[in-house]
Amino acid sequence: MADNMKVYKCRSIVRGSGSGEAVVSRDAMCFYLIDPATGTVIERNHAIQGKSVTGKVLVVQSGKGSSVVQVDGFYQLWVKNNLPSAIIVKEAEPVIVSSAVVVGLTMVDRLEEDPFEIIADGDYVEVDADSQEVRVWKGGKSTD
Amino acid sequence: MYLSDEEKRILDGAQGAGKQKAMELLYALGLTFDAEKLIPVKRAHVALSGQEGDTYWCELLLNGGATCVVPPTTNPYWDTAYLTKFFDVTKEELDLAERTGDVYRRIGAKLTYHCAPGLGTNVPFFGEHVAFSESSATPYVNGALGARSNRESSVSALAAAVIGKTPYYGYHLDEYRLGDFLIDVDADVKDCYDWGILGYCVGKIAGSRNPVLRFKKAVLPTAEDFLYFGAEAATSGAVAMYHMVGITPEAPTIQAAFGGKQVPSAEYVITDKELKAEENSLTPATGKINLVMLGCPHYTYNQLLEVEKLFAGRHVSHDTAFWILAAADAVELAERSYLRQRLELLGVRMVGNTCIDEPCWKSFEGALGVTDSPKCAYYRERRGQPFAIRRLSVCVEAAIKGRLD
Repeated sequence: MADNMKVYKCRSIVRGSGSGEAVVSRDAMCFYLIDPATGTVIERNHAIQGKSVTGKVLVVQSGKGSSVVQVDGFYQLWVKNNLPSAIIVKEAEPVIVSSAVVVGLTMVDRLEEDPFEIIADGDYVEVDADSQEVRVWKGGKSTD
Repeated sequence: MYLSDEEKRILDGAQGAGKQKAMELLYALGLTFDAEKLIPVKRAHVALSGQEGDTYWCELLLNGGATCVVPPTTNPYWDTAYLTKFFDVTKEELDLAERTGDVYRRIGAKLTYHCAPGLGTNVPFFGEHVAFSESSATPYVNGALGARSNRESSVSALAAAVIGKTPYYGYHLDEYRLGDFLIDVDADVKDCYDWGILGYCVGKIAGSRNPVLRFKKAVLPTAEDFLYFGAEAATSGAVAMYHMVGITPEAPTIQAAFGGKQVPSAEYVITDKELKAEENSLTPATGKINLVMLGCPHYTYNQLLEVEKLFAGRHVSHDTAFWILAAADAVELAERSYLRQRLELLGVRMVGNTCIDEPCWKSFEGALGVTDSPKCAYYRERRGQPFAIRRLSVCVEAAIKGRLD
């Protein structure tokens, strides 16, 4: 086991698994304000404006916006194959949970430690909802 | 969270992929909010929208073999047969509308296409557990009727209709229905528009909390007043439940609204001054107009009558359109009583089964519209048309002149 890797318990909301580089948003997100063609956040003044979520493990505060718009935002990313690989949500709310189920995107919450303290942009993260575990490689996973 | 053996089998796919997907959603929501179990519902309302993501979800459940065990009523998209006589849309827009109607028909929904089910098309009993989406419908059935629904999304309400159950948390439980804080209202709240502005004020203060309103001056709200109050409180905030002392069924007294706990002092006092300030902040635009749009939420028959009274035989300006989106049964009644024909002679058109937030209305973009609904203005502006918000009598005068002063 690499010595920069740590394992944290979490709770599964939508089963499955996903991994990738972390992108961390301390702001709540409305997925309608992500460009579906590129996965780039286009909401003005947002914590991760200009960053792409595609293929990443997204660590996000919560969801926001009406249900119709949020579901459509997830759907449009899914159609274009530009969803994140998994989501770690700090404060789950009904609409972001519903949206993740609609497109079958792995989602977990209730990490045993504050996700904003233990995960930063550029870390490599594996989310395994089925075994209710998140594995974090600080600074990225070496490719040996 | 407890699942019965049958519920577990559904979750494992024993009854097909559609029901499995619906159960996954209910289970995920139940887990998230620490629901103890699922409870049965006999009534649901789906805020169908005609947006692709929502239509996809319905197709996913249907193609997986699921149909509704509780036939849910639905929100509108738009009346394609009638409105394409007036407006151009693209083939893609028309196809999506027809795909939406088709899939909801086949999954077994009741195609009521009405966004205010609690007023007639789907009215729950006091204390009944239901799954209602549509942000204006949920506060109406919780607050005005005393039924019990969480703030469902269109997808979770459809899942509840397919399974016939909903997770037991939030507004289904007594303790979560109690008021969170007190607002004193010392203002003249008369017509529907005033109730909408009051709702907009309350939503901004409340966020997602449950407000208790105490009125200093006697009020006698109608069904439309409750509806417009809740619609705006759920637009500026996320209010899904409210109490009005001495008026709504779970607040016969202020003590009852707070469940016998210590009654807090008022966190806020709303007077005519606050309502006027809110109205002014919402409605600065003036000038030439090309459209008056009413009916968000859908107009009732009584509101259609009110429009005729205010016109007093005068005609809409030749370069202005006047559209009222109404409940389908109100349109039918209006036709039967010749109200529709009389209004058409004045230049006023009405349509049932249709929402303001649909592509058929895009031909009015590029000029100013007027509406009596802040919710209408909010959604139309997102699509690209600026709207001024005025009380109905002012909307009518503006239509006659073709401009808003």
